[in-house]
Amino acid sequence: MNCKGVIRELSNYIDGDLDPSLETELERHLNHCEDCTMIVDQTKKSIEILCDSKPVELPSDVRSRLHAALREKTGQKPT
Amino acid sequence: MFNAIVITEKGLTSRFLGLLDTLSAPNPHRLPSSVAREDEHLLVAAAKKGDATAFEELVNRYEDKIFRLTNNITGNHEDAEDAMQDAFLKAYAHLQDFHGDSRFYTWLVRIAANESLMRLRKRRPNQFPLDEPVEGDTDLMPRELEDWDPSPEQRYAQAELQGILAEIIDQLDPEFRIVLVLRDLEELSTQETAEALGMSVSAVKSRLLRARLKLREKLNRHFRRGTLN
Repeated sequence: MNCKGVIRELSNYIDGDLDPSLETELERHLNHCEDCTMIVDQTKKSIEILCDSKPVELPSDVRSRLHAALREKTGQKPT
Repeated sequence: MFNAIVITEKGLTSRFLGLLDTLSAPNPHRLPSSVAREDEHLLVAAAKKGDATAFEELVNRYEDKIFRLTNNITGNHEDAEDAMQDAFLKAYAHLQDFHGDSRFYTWLVRIAANESLMRLRKRRPNQFPLDEPVEGDTDLMPRELEDWDPSPEQRYAQAELQGILAEIIDQLDPEFRIVLVLRDLEELSTQETAEALGMSVSAVKSRLLRARLKLREKLNRHFRRGTLN
């Protein structure tokens, strides 16, 4: 497998979706290609950071409108 | 073409069948989700029996994440609010159609994604043809290759990092952004993402690869060694 092949299979490799034989081939390439290793590691890291990100708190006015609409729908009185 | 809104878990569209049986597959890069708490099914059961307080607790629990989702997909604050509100209202109205075959949160994400997509389509018709193949892989090879620190995210305060990520997601083309958000941020499986968007699995994978490479490339500008904080 060459560098282009590694990039083409990058997502499948990160997700663990590669056939074992293809995975072995890809890892053999990574053993001697610093650039591809860097791309794989940094892409994994990027996804981890994205996964780990916390949502910003809902703005209070947006939250108030949401709960008012829900209470109207459910017939619940405001607390 | 997008799917019509599909709220029931079974029966409305054949395209939707199978999706609910396909829970997120184990994924090596995934961090443990803190979303699904153990009592979620109890709250859902109570809400289905008419306990509005239980449903409101579910809303409290997920409103931040659902708003981030609708914001990320629509890229428009007003649409994001409308999509979020309608998603929760529709979820409440159709609670009896939720049979617990998937996580409640996953079901909610799909409703919110559909609400967001409808609004995005209204604003940008024909701007992001999800069912068309993407270009070949000749331009995929990353050009910017620089070392990162082992924990580059620690250079930034959490709020600053959130801002960077939000800006990066916003800069992606919608067809890549939507797939990245559903797949990597909301942790839907590839199959679930494909079903929710009315795309083939291979089209999801193709867009996800490009989106992830874009994400790395854009983060590289913030994370490479020597970059000033």
